[in-house]
This record gives sequence, structure tokens and C-alpha cells, in this order.
Amino acid sequence: MSGSTTPLPPPTVTVWAVARRPWRFLRSWWPWRCWAYLGSGFPLGYAVLVALVLLVGLGVVLAVAGVGLLLLVGAVAGAVPLAELERRRLRWVEPAPVADPHTSLAGAGAAAWLRTRLRERATWREFGYAALLGPVFGAAGLGVLALLAFSLILVVSPVVVWALAPEPVMLIPGRAVAGPLEALGGTAAGLAGLVLAAYAGALIAGAQVKTARLLLGPREEDGRVLELTRSRVRLVEAFEAERRRIERDLHDGAQQQLVALSMTLGLAELRLRGVPEAAEATALVGRGRAEAKLALEQLRDLVRGIHPQVLTDHGLAAAVAEVALRHPVPVTVDLAGLPRLPGPVETTAYFTVTEALANAAKHSGASQVGVAGRVEGDRLTLTITDDGRGGADPGAGAGLAGLADRVAMLQGRLTVSSPVGGPTELRVEVPCSG
Amino acid sequence: MLRVILAEDSVLLRAGLTELLTLGGHRVLAAVGDAPALLEAVGAERPDVVVTDVRMPPGLRDEGLRAALELRARDASLPVLVLSQYVATAYAAQLFTGASAAGLGYLLKDRVGEVTEFLDALERVHGGQTVIDPEVVRVLLAPPAAPDRPLARLTPREREVLALMAEGLNNQALAARLFITEAAVVKHAGSIFTKLDLDPTEGNRRVLAVLAHLRGREAA
Repeated sequence: MSGSTTPLPPPTVTVWAVARRPWRFLRSWWPWRCWAYLGSGFPLGYAVLVALVLLVGLGVVLAVAGVGLLLLVGAVAGAVPLAELERRRLRWVEPAPVADPHTSLAGAGAAAWLRTRLRERATWREFGYAALLGPVFGAAGLGVLALLAFSLILVVSPVVVWALAPEPVMLIPGRAVAGPLEALGGTAAGLAGLVLAAYAGALIAGAQVKTARLLLGPREEDGRVLELTRSRVRLVEAFEAERRRIERDLHDGAQQQLVALSMTLGLAELRLRGVPEAAEATALVGRGRAEAKLALEQLRDLVRGIHPQVLTDHGLAAAVAEVALRHPVPVTVDLAGLPRLPGPVETTAYFTVTEALANAAKHSGASQVGVAGRVEGDRLTLTITDDGRGGADPGAGAGLAGLADRVAMLQGRLTVSSPVGGPTELRVEVPCSG
Repeated sequence: MLRVILAEDSVLLRAGLTELLTLGGHRVLAAVGDAPALLEAVGAERPDVVVTDVRMPPGLRDEGLRAALELRARDASLPVLVLSQYVATAYAAQLFTGASAAGLGYLLKDRVGEVTEFLDALERVHGGQTVIDPEVVRVLLAPPAAPDRPLARLTPREREVLALMAEGLNNQALAARLFITEAAVVKHAGSIFTKLDLDPTEGNRRVLAVLAHLRGREAA
């Protein structure tokens, strides 16, 4: 796990990935999301531009008077709440959130807040983003919106021609369209324009996602984040190592001792058998052997709960298949094609599945559970679905909360959807670059 | 008397197993504590049967099982009995990935307490039969099976018959155990093979059904 402290590779831009499949992309909500994102970004960007020009311009002019410095500080500090707004707005076009890069200052006074923020590099990156917002993204967004509006007008041009007849309508300047049928050419051009507007929207929204990640997100050089990430990884690895150590100790110690004990008792039973006067002793030895066997079985279950060796030797799919075989509710496992993943990822995924299955068996009344997983890019996504009565409260179970913590330590996400009446779906996403 | 080579990393169990095998009238040619030593010992003198633990040094993972596969790859007729601490069917599936399951056995370590049955299983493996631990078979056959498993098609009685077959019992012993006639056993067996799409004319068909299932899981 020595590679675990290296930075994660840059995540993919979702909207660009989606746009690679044109048919699905164009029929989805994605073009609309992009347009809405750019449409709202344009007025915001220009408002920010005007405010920046005023604050910085006046600030420079009045700097001698001292008031100007206040205006300049205000311009920079204003980038912090703007960046927060932009991180939220970004969720329209990018499901993977961009984390807040700032140190938490809950309860700090205004002066302390300002002092800390102005010293943080993240604040200055956010200021840079604010400056780009109007001239670059606002302008590009305006272009896309203009193309969209023009294309829509072209699409409906036959109707316009028909409605305005006999008034002449000109699609191309200086040349009147004869009738609605001739305007169908305009419709075709408009549809092509819509596709172009969808792709231009996706392109620009994706570029903005990239820029936002670069300027609005945390960076490892921010120190704090790197240190936190490292300590998290260390914690996960320490858990893992401890579990393995306990498993090994039990395997090498108690389990072998019990096997040896049951073997000795077996040999004793064999020798006593056929000795008539030792019938009672034989029965006692037999009972002892049965008890040793029971202890072995219980110990084996315990060891499996701590760390199943099959997970280490055969991977997640095999380990989950094993749990599925023992589950009281039929479980369909679809983890075929899952590659071997880093230890902490496999362990966390495994215990998430076992916890979800245990909940499904205990509370849900489900008659069927499905476990599915796949790796896309650098993320493992696992879903555990049951057809039970739903209504599970993720906050109530200590098990689920503990799992959410473990998943969070790997910088992943655990979500539970459990409407009353079912179905319940538990979903885990974990980055799997170890 | 069988000439046995034994591999087990726990000193305590190695001594115990040697004692048990000697009492059973067999001779332990070598008792070693890790996988490379096992390969070397078998290379030096071919035993009648090999008994090995799954988890052994140097890696403390499945070195013993891998050594067993290596030995079978070198000599497909060498009988090998694998002792394991794990019920996980993935290990059994791993062992039975080779061309032939004849003379292979997978038993839980707990079985060494049942001395007579253990020695009996050893002799059956030496005799070319296949032995799969009843507990592993029980897990595989335990209802409720997920609907996509072919074993879900079997009746409870057929599962019972299949489980005993996998332990290596012959028709006669099986009939005695279930208090049914041998003809009834044959009938159940035929039905099992049909339901699992297995060719009933193939040799060593006692455990084919369970093996097919194990292999199916390995492939999945």
C-alpha cells in the first residue's frame, strides 16, 4: 500500500463521458442541464465582472485614501462565498462534488476569518476563478444560448411563415421564403443547430468543471488536505493490518490447538472403543470431541467475521459469493469481471455487502436480494438492492453509520435509498486507485 | 499400508497427524512445514498419497493448495488430500480446476478428529476416488438456492443423495444410509444428472454434479 499516499488520478468529467454516446446524450437531460448551467452562469458571470471592475477599479484609484484597500480586500474576500455558490451550482453538471478547500473556521470572528482566508492560497485561486467567470465562461455561455435561440427559431420557421402569410419572411437576408414547405430547410438547419448547441454546451460545461476542479477544489499542496488524506489512509491501513493480525493469531493459535485437541480425543476414543469396562469413558471422550468440533465451527465463523481469508486469496467476487450461499434470503450476485482491488477497498466493499445483507435478512422482509458491482474508470460502484418493505433509516443502525465512516475514509460515498414500501438500495462508490 | 508425505506448518498438528497416520498403519515418508519443502520431498520419493494443508509458509496464503496443483500438473495420477481450515467453496473449486478430479480430496481439518472416517477418506483418495468435505457440500446444496443456480432444480431428496455422492459413498452405502433401495438411488442419480445437464456415462460420476457446480462458480 505504499502507493496510497500518491495523489489520486484526475477524475473524469461526467458530461464529457456522457457526450461520447451521442444518441443517449441527446435524449437525456444532459443537454438541458448544460444549457441551464450556462444560462444561469451568464448573468451571474457578468454581475461578478461588473462588481469586480467597480471594486478593483475604485480600489486602485482610492488606494491612497485607505478606503481603496478595503474595497480591494472586499473584492478578494467576496470570491470565497462566490466560490461556494459555484461549487454547488457545479453539481448540476457534475455528480462528483468538488470539496471545499478552506480550513474550517466555525465559530471564528469576522476579523479572524478574514485574516485566515486572505492567507490561504485557495482564496486567491477562487479570486482568479471569479475573474474568469464573466469574460470566459459568461461569454461562451452567451454564445451557446444565442445559437440555441437561433436554432429554435429556425426549427419553428415553417409555422412562422404559415402564420405571417402573406407577409414575406426572410430566413436568409434579401430572399423571401415562398411558403411553409420551403421553410422546412430552415427546420433541418435548426435541428442541426440544436445538436451543435447541445455539444457546445457540453464542451463548455465540461471545461468549466475542469477549471472549477483546478481552482475551486482542495490541492495537496494545501498541506492540510494532504496530511488528512495521509492520516485517513494510515487509519484504514491500520484497521486492516490489525484485523489480519488477529485472524492470523487465531488461525495459528486457537484453531490449530482445537484441531489438535479433537485429534487427540479422536485417538483416545479409538483406543477405548472395544474395551467393555471403558464404555462410559468412551462416551465422555466422544462428547468432548463433539464439543471441540462445535468450538472449532464457532471459531471459524468468528474468524470469517474478522477477516475472511477467501477475500485475500480469491477476491471480492468469491468472498461475496460465499456469503450469498449462506444467506437465508436468495441472493443474486453479479460481480463477474471485477478485477482484484487494493486491500482496503476490497475489505470495505466486503463488509458493506455483509452488513447490507444482514439488514436485508433481519429487517426488510425481502424475498430476493441483488448484489451488483463494476469498476468504471477508477471508481468501484456497488449496489445492494432488496425487494423488502423499505423504510430503513441510515442514521439508526450503528452498522450502517460505521460503514459510512469507513467508506468516507477511502474518500468514497455511501448512499441509502429506502422509501417506505421498498425497494431498498444501498450504493457505495469508492475510488480504487490504491 | 500407504506411504504418505505430509505437509503442515503447525508443529503440533504435524506431530499429531504423523502419529495418527502411523496408528492407522501407514508410513510417513516425510513431514514438512512449507510448500517448497513439499515439492522437494515428493520429487525425491513418490509417495502413495500426499496430505497437505492449504495455508503454509512462505506467504501464509494458499501455498499448500498451489503446491498440490503443481504436484498434480507434474504427475496427474498422484493422489492428493488437501486439509483446510476454510469452508469457502472457492478453495475447493480452485483444487478441482484440473483435468481430472480422480484421487483428489478436500477435507476440513476438523475431520481429523473423526479418526476412522479420516483414514477411510485417505484410502478412498488413494483408490482414485474424489472426496469433498460434507460441510462444503452442505453449503453448496443448502436451500434456499438463488433462482439462477441449477441446483435449485433439485428436490430435497435429490440434494441429499448428491451430498452423499460427493462424500464418495457408493450406491450400496448410500442406499443403506438413506434407508432406500439401490434401485431408488440409481433413479435419483439419473434424475440429478439430467437436471444438471451432465453426461451420465462419464466416469467417476459420483461427484461430477458437485464438481460441475464448483467449476461453474469458479468460472463466474
